[in-house]
Amino acid sequence: MENNFFLQAIIYLAAAVVCVPIAKKIGLSSILGYLFSGIIIGPFVLGFIGSEGQDLMHFAEFGVVMMLFLIGLELDPYKFWKMRRFILGMGSLQVVITSLVIFVCCSIIFDWNWQTALTISLALALSSTAIVLQTLKEKGLSQTSVGRSSFAVLLFQDIAVIPILAIIPLLVSGSNVIPDDDLHHSLISNLDGWLQTLIVVGTILAIYIGGRFLIVPLLHVVAKTRLQELFTASALLLVLSVSYLMQLVGLSPALGAFMAGVVLANSEFRHELEGDIAPFKGLLLGLFFIGVGASINFQLIIDDPAFILIFGFILTMIKFFVFLGIGKLYKKRIDQNFLFAIGLSQAGEFGFVIMSFSMQLNIIPNMLANQIMAIIAISMISTPFLLLINERLIDPYFGVKEKKTDNYDEINENNDVIIAGFGNFGSTIGRLLKNNGIPATILDMDSDRVDLLRKMGFKVYYGDATRLELLKAAGCENAKLFIAAIDNPTANLIVIELLKKHFPNLKILARARNRNDAFELVDMGLDSIYRENLYSAVHLGVDALVFMGHRRYSATRQGQHFIKHDEEAIFRLAKKRHDKKAFMISAMEEIEMQEQLFKTDLFNPVGPEDHAWESDSLRKDNSE
Amino acid sequence: MPNKILILFAHPLYEKSSANKALVKHIPDSENITFHDLYENYPEFDIDVKKEQQLLNLHDVVIWHHPMYWYSCPPLLKQWIDLVLEYGWAYGKYGLALQDKLIFQTITTGGSQENYCAEGRENHTILELLEPFKQTSKVCRMDYLPPFVVHGTHKMDEEKYEENGILYGKLLQYIENTELNVRQIHEFNYLNDWIKTVENNGK
Repeated sequence: MENNFFLQAIIYLAAAVVCVPIAKKIGLSSILGYLFSGIIIGPFVLGFIGSEGQDLMHFAEFGVVMMLFLIGLELDPYKFWKMRRFILGMGSLQVVITSLVIFVCCSIIFDWNWQTALTISLALALSSTAIVLQTLKEKGLSQTSVGRSSFAVLLFQDIAVIPILAIIPLLVSGSNVIPDDDLHHSLISNLDGWLQTLIVVGTILAIYIGGRFLIVPLLHVVAKTRLQELFTASALLLVLSVSYLMQLVGLSPALGAFMAGVVLANSEFRHELEGDIAPFKGLLLGLFFIGVGASINFQLIIDDPAFILIFGFILTMIKFFVFLGIGKLYKKRIDQNFLFAIGLSQAGEFGFVIMSFSMQLNIIPNMLANQIMAIIAISMISTPFLLLINERLIDPYFGVKEKKTDNYDEINENNDVIIAGFGNFGSTIGRLLKNNGIPATILDMDSDRVDLLRKMGFKVYYGDATRLELLKAAGCENAKLFIAAIDNPTANLIVIELLKKHFPNLKILARARNRNDAFELVDMGLDSIYRENLYSAVHLGVDALVFMGHRRYSATRQGQHFIKHDEEAIFRLAKKRHDKKAFMISAMEEIEMQEQLFKTDLFNPVGPEDHAWESDSLRKDNSE
Repeated sequence: MPNKILILFAHPLYEKSSANKALVKHIPDSENITFHDLYENYPEFDIDVKKEQQLLNLHDVVIWHHPMYWYSCPPLLKQWIDLVLEYGWAYGKYGLALQDKLIFQTITTGGSQENYCAEGRENHTILELLEPFKQTSKVCRMDYLPPFVVHGTHKMDEEKYEENGILYGKLLQYIENTELNVRQIHEFNYLNDWIKTVENNGK
């Protein structure tokens, strides 16, 4: 058994590791890479995996749940409320019109009974959250109007799944009722209708209140243990329990996770949660796509290729034109509208769910249901290709593209400046920037301080900045400036090293505790280094000079020269440091360095090198 | 009613200026005379505009006391002019704060007085070179008096420094305690000459 598990894991991972980079290399999206690796290892090509592809899908659908949790995190209730027009308007229009058109077409062309036609049309009206959102994210379109409209539609569809799944059993005609052991997963479905409603509403309320008053304080406690893996575990536990709870009351787990995300969107743990869940989401979504690829039944396609291909083509066209019309209604520009319509033109993973559900209910013959599932899979595969065609061939015709810098600040919270570490040092910087109207994304490790600062109106996020996921979640990809001001010098160095490696174009201003830290930073190639004690020490020195009778202005100039000289010396000595003869073991190191500094002070007297305002040389010239 | 005098002193290297040390030394110790050392107060050029304006409000006579560098004042005094003489306060339709105050400059030059004429090395008289300051004062509705000038500081001995210092002291004391005949003052090129004349008449 265990061997089998390892082998399975190896097959999946190997397929992904081989196919995804190839897809990326030739400019396709990673989704296609996963889909093809699924097809290749699936029963119809190499046959490494058999029918367990289906079971895998159930497990991997959890990736979709996590994705919705992450989306919820990005969207606090206020923004959610602002989008209600799009969610309800666009979403409902799309689902109703698309299913109606498909229903009418199917009823006319095929001689299916109306129940079958309705079930199929409802199943096919829904698009694939996984494919669309992943694609949007890869193309960097999540924060554009296309991204938001697509999201609004998908969200409505996710909600619509619930009533659809509720209606389908009602379509079962008296003759072929089956025992309902299989269909009722939920605990409460035997209760009265009003009680069910009450319990559902209660659950939603519980998630909201629990998130506010239970989860956040709990996360505080966990955060204080400073155990990274414990926080990850809590994040997973949170998502899993919400999903389970939703399933118990018969709602979609994805919807529950989304709600939990929305509730936590305002909390200081947002970025940390994002960073923790994101890798799992990515992996599970990958599995999900592999599963889709593996579950395509090519035998069915070979048996009746015309039906499946033509049906798939017509389905895509219908969905495309419906979306195009809706986009037109909402006054989308033509290039935007094409992207929107093509992006959502596939059938989605909920189609699989509805199909298998109706198969159990005997609403649809097995053969037909499998064919429809093949059609869904094919339409999912076709989307990335269609988008590619749009991008390369159609889009260039439409001229001006929407600029990414449009005013989407309300949703796009990525600030240009990121400050890591909000102790005395970092908070001073943050206040200065804030006073000058420059908002900064702030990351800090101390959960108590984060809480306090949030109450004072700062947007501070709890998290360990030495983790790449958190840096990504904080928006390092799009930020202009990163201020590394963490109290712990080692952590600061780790962050900078990470940034240098993964975001080489991000400008870094770095705090250094002392000369040794500064040397490390010079070695990393930084040129903006701020030793925390240099400036205050020099300022004190200037005041000492004044106290001892120096004119304040001359003393200030001396201080300025000294800072300049000392900073230059750092860069000079940083190179010398690697010369072993000049530097010995660590204890001696500091003394040695002080000596070096004093030497350079002697060679290079720090007094003003200019002779501004001095008249000695003038006098000499005149007297000659 | 004594006249209240504000001396705005700007010297970036005062510790090495014998001429100005002598001048400052002889400033009378009086409650009516405020000696305000700009470079000592604002080494980082962060002038406190409100405080400077309050100081100006409290005085009747303003003196820009500075060495002549490149035919102008040291940079901090220019900064002071740029920041403190605000529109709506010092000038403009409602900028009446400085109206009718007296203002003049106390200046030290390394070169001798002969250089400062059309035929001399500097091609211009001191009054011509100070024209921007005069115009500034005029825009602020102040009465710009001739300057007190110490020429030739590069070739001066201790005794001469002292002599100028004493004269400066006398000038300040006279302005502080006398009802001034402003029209008469305007007949002179330098306040040095005026104070000497006044002194001689008094004897």
